[in-house]
Amino acid sequence: MTVVPIIKRDHICKLAEQGKRVDGRNFGEYRKIEIETGVVSKAEGSARVKIGNTQVMAGIKMDVGEPYSDSPDSGVMTTAAELIPLASPDFESGPPRANAIELARVVDRGVRESEVIELDKLCIEPGEKVWIVFIDLHILDYDGNLFDAASLAALAALSTAKVPAKRFELGDDYPLPLKEPPISCTSVKFNNVVAIDPSLDEEEIADARLTVATDTNGDIRAMQKGLNGSFTREEIQKVIKASIDNGREIRKQLYENIGK
Amino acid sequence: MQKEKRKIVIPSQVLGDIKSKSAGRGTFVENGKIYSGILGVLNENERYINIVPLKGRYDPTVGDFIIGVVEEALGSGWLVDINASSPALLHQNEVPWRVDFGDTERYLNHGDCIMAKILSVDESKKLQITLNERSLYKIKGGHIIDVEPSRVPRIIGKKGSMLSLIKKYIRCRIFVGQNGRIWVDGDTESIEKVLQTIYKIEDESTTFGLTNRIEEMLKKDAKDVR
Amino acid sequence: MKSDIELIDSNGKRLDGRGPEDLRPIKIEAGVLHRADGSCYLEWGGNKVLVAVYGPREAIPRHSQNPLRAIVNAKYNMAAFSVEDRKRPGPDRRSREISKVISEALEKVILTEQFPRAAIDVNIEVLDAEAGTRCAGLTAAGVALADAGIPMTDIPVSCAAGKIDGHVVADLGKEEDNFGDADLPVAISPRTDEVILLQMDGHLTLDEFNKAFDLAVNGCHVVSEIQKKAILDKYQSASEAE
Repeated sequence: MTVVPIIKRDHICKLAEQGKRVDGRNFGEYRKIEIETGVVSKAEGSARVKIGNTQVMAGIKMDVGEPYSDSPDSGVMTTAAELIPLASPDFESGPPRANAIELARVVDRGVRESEVIELDKLCIEPGEKVWIVFIDLHILDYDGNLFDAASLAALAALSTAKVPAKRFELGDDYPLPLKEPPISCTSVKFNNVVAIDPSLDEEEIADARLTVATDTNGDIRAMQKGLNGSFTREEIQKVIKASIDNGREIRKQLYENIGK
Repeated sequence: MQKEKRKIVIPSQVLGDIKSKSAGRGTFVENGKIYSGILGVLNENERYINIVPLKGRYDPTVGDFIIGVVEEALGSGWLVDINASSPALLHQNEVPWRVDFGDTERYLNHGDCIMAKILSVDESKKLQITLNERSLYKIKGGHIIDVEPSRVPRIIGKKGSMLSLIKKYIRCRIFVGQNGRIWVDGDTESIEKVLQTIYKIEDESTTFGLTNRIEEMLKKDAKDVR
Repeated sequence: MKSDIELIDSNGKRLDGRGPEDLRPIKIEAGVLHRADGSCYLEWGGNKVLVAVYGPREAIPRHSQNPLRAIVNAKYNMAAFSVEDRKRPGPDRRSREISKVISEALEKVILTEQFPRAAIDVNIEVLDAEAGTRCAGLTAAGVALADAGIPMTDIPVSCAAGKIDGHVVADLGKEEDNFGDADLPVAISPRTDEVILLQMDGHLTLDEFNKAFDLAVNGCHVVSEIQKKAILDKYQSASEAE
């Protein structure tokens, strides 16, 4: 494990007391986002998202399989994340641990609960054959805020995905049916300040983390609080407000990138 | 300003013959020929061929002053990360305090930073460091950053000229460890300015005329403030 | 597996228009990741590979340490979305074997005795796969190791040759790999032509092997020049920067 020097923590906290962040941003300022789609030819849809130095790749694969018995005329989606040792000196290879599983589940929830993928349109033969959508998240470079980078990469990849009907002899390929996606924004709290889009330096000293996914109406569609610290009611309101504001900007950029 | 290129070499490049030159740091010899063993800048004189690395871990040398981060307090000493290929041992006899066995955590613990000196490097690269010198101590306050260890000579400058230059224009304390760790103390604005200057030196360390450019930049900043 | 597709025509032209000795297009970029000590992004035909090097750093667990030299841990991993049918995430027997032979090949050129008890981790991620991923991975690893400042006697490089429709050709493409008669991936230390990785499957006569081997080694030398240019481009430009 990389050891974080105590004086580095103290310095970041001292800066925070003066209203500054270690990379020169203000507390409500998001890092630069870059979105690139269609980066992998074997995937039905793919995207690479950079938030500052953090880089995540998402790939969508589809297959034909059996539906769940409680939803016989609905497609199936599943999300997996790998914190591969490529991305950080502290990631180990092997089966996904709690952090990777939480990441995959938070991204999954943002997509599933807002019904971004219209699963009811992915039925081929009710009770027999439906489309299965696999969202795979590959972390390439870890410099903080994987939650936002991973969900944005998943959305960008889904937005450009084509259902590979031809390969399965089920007619022509067509775009994956999607609804307006919610956008996730994460904030952390350290030394009693709340900062959006934490860098790794800030994540390492954070007491608490809150991810809020908001839709086009500014309504809340998914939330996840993490780490062993706590938020006050006022802080939560502040995080939600920041998530709605930044979510709007990020959505605009996503739409520009996917030509919507 | 005229800026010449320094010669970049990569592993496997032929650099000379052992009949005419000695093979120095960063090189290896095979069948009488001297080859580059690392990515670096060629530094050649009448007698030697050396390569100054561009990247890579710190290669410890006895007597170097370095900055360490304590990984773990052991029964009779501490394990300290010094950005080398393995951690260094700080024995309890090598500190200025009288430490009873098993009482090490009281003095230094996980995450503490120290200015230390390389005491010994044995054949199997086992490292020992010491705090037993008046200028060495546990660091409190300020901020710490990492740079490529190979850039340290440029950041210090000839006989400390670059550091003196920075201190002339910015009120601060700076300690540059040979292992690429730099400690800066002062008010947060000064620290920020020093870091910007250091990052610029690191980025442009292989160019000529760097000292003059840095001085111009510092001068301009100082004027802007006034 | 035989197919009706003609992989090579009577003029020696292959499906993608290449001649028997031609390689697919290759693009290499050094130093592309922020966290890694050294890194490389490589495109080779339809392959896309990303490699990150960490170390030399203390080998963990401690019982894995070698008191005399550094251990080299190459980890070859395919992204779930890198192949036609989704691959289950995580290492399988194939990727473990490839990781092992690549680790051993890299160990030959790395000056491991300079770092007793340390580990050098080489993480190879295949993002898009289309025949010849181990050659692409090893080649990218060579660049990433140099970019990390790891001492080496050479920059290792790899290229395959094989047999399609009875003809010996260099660097098999997708259909050629699926429907060809033999595949021969080779990695060398290009300064000395020492062979550091060699595998073969299929069926070759001794003459065909010799021909294929020469084609693969020639291919290695072509790729080696692209590797060296990628490293120099990255650092030459940095040393000219304002």
